[in-house]
Amino acid sequence: MKKPMINVQSFHDGREGKMNSRRQFLKIGGLAVVGSSLFLYSCEEDGIADEEINALDAKGVDNKRVFNLGKGDLGILNYAYVLEQLEAAFYTEVVNGFYYNSLPESNRGEKQILRDIWYHEVIHRDFLKAALNSIAPPGKVAPELNFNFSGVDFSSRDNVLTVSQILEDTGVSAYNGAGKLLESADYLLLAGKIVSVEARHASAIRDLIRPGTTYFAGDDVLVDLGGSGIAYDKAVAPRDVLAAVASTGFLETKIIANNLPTA
Amino acid sequence: MNIIKFLDDLSDKQLFETKGSRRDSFNQMKNVGKNMALASIPFALAATSKKTSAATMSMSSAMFQASPTDILNFALTLEYLERDFYQMGMDTSGLIPAADRDVFGQILKHEVSHVDFLATALGDAAIEKPEFDFSGGPGGLSLDTFGNYQIFLALSQGFEDTGVRAYKGQAGALIDNDVLLEYALQIHSVEARHASQVRRMRGEKGWITFNDNTLPDAFSGIYAGEQNTVQGGVNLSGMFEDFGGDAAVTEAFDEPLTMEEVNAIASVFIVS
Repeated sequence: MKKPMINVQSFHDGREGKMNSRRQFLKIGGLAVVGSSLFLYSCEEDGIADEEINALDAKGVDNKRVFNLGKGDLGILNYAYVLEQLEAAFYTEVVNGFYYNSLPESNRGEKQILRDIWYHEVIHRDFLKAALNSIAPPGKVAPELNFNFSGVDFSSRDNVLTVSQILEDTGVSAYNGAGKLLESADYLLLAGKIVSVEARHASAIRDLIRPGTTYFAGDDVLVDLGGSGIAYDKAVAPRDVLAAVASTGFLETKIIANNLPTA
Repeated sequence: MNIIKFLDDLSDKQLFETKGSRRDSFNQMKNVGKNMALASIPFALAATSKKTSAATMSMSSAMFQASPTDILNFALTLEYLERDFYQMGMDTSGLIPAADRDVFGQILKHEVSHVDFLATALGDAAIEKPEFDFSGGPGGLSLDTFGNYQIFLALSQGFEDTGVRAYKGQAGALIDNDVLLEYALQIHSVEARHASQVRRMRGEKGWITFNDNTLPDAFSGIYAGEQNTVQGGVNLSGMFEDFGGDAAVTEAFDEPLTMEEVNAIASVFIVS
């Protein structure tokens, strides 16, 4: 049986400056390489392939930390933990940036929305860390990852909201795609409890970008199912989500996702 | 099959088709109606597959295993409710302000698709569309739903937040059906996008804080249990004082509702 294996590596080469245009960010879905190096290794499942991947891992970026997400439900939870770390780290930068701090305080306003989302993502991250540590030995739990947001201009509303939208939409599609890979109904329910909050975030951020339009659940992000119309969130496999994340250059720590379940 | 028979069938299943050992059957019978007491039932007793055999499940739906057909019909009922509600709203001249029609037109479009998708998937097994009364007559209410935009908005929020909780509550029962599970998840998060949008149009946060209910009192069930701070067996209460405290903890996780709880909410609007 052929089982696609993929190895997502991302590390910052430090050559690029700020990303100033929305176009650069929007390439994320197309695996564009934005200020980072991205290697994808795809091969069939056999012992030789594993050795090759390990060898490449060993010599590829020897000055970077490497983490294997692992297999089964543990791997999926580590994967979720990686995504929540990314989101939490991003919003931590946001609330320390000029754009956020220049916003006026108002009940239900833009500043409160961003602050709430920051809270939620920190809670998701720390919860997943605690959950993982309760079920796996330290070596099997993803480390605290290194991120590099030097490509984001945190003084720019347009820049921040665009990245925020991408992260939230990606989070929704990632949890939707991971659901069927989970074996435990407990973890499936937990993923379900989180994914709808990510969708609430995505909707709110999108409405900040284009208020009062269809954009909160726009045709640009939803897909058709069975010819019934464009009315469904995407469900994206971990390898594709991680490849997209790698393409942003935000993630400095190398992730190995070979062993995640694919069905 | 009409909706009343469908609901009766589900109710019968909850009472009589529980799977498990005698000891647990006894516990389940003893606890019918007290969902919080079900948290400790090992899900393995209600499951037959390898996927769930090692799992314990804290969802009250573990007390019975609805069939995929039951679940799809349950979902279809809710989607019919939402679709008719938004269709009538959009068709009522002067109800929805021009500035809000794009939003509700988009939501309607999605609910139409969801109905079509589920009805097609069910084929001959699909239930008939129920007859709805959006004044809440069957529940003893007399809401001016299509004459008062604030009522319309409130019910919209209630339906969307209920929809999110309803789909979430059935995820576990679909764990062995990867295809249906993924479809359900793809609808579930769209309902959450809707809910966030409508809540914000009402001046609420897009997320649910504790079990705060800003709808008429009759709908407090829509938010019952949302104040939960225990996730995965970990009580997060008091752990995030620098990050919004328990309010943020409850916002960060949406909670499920059982079929029974959702049907109790929907039945306020179902004539037959």
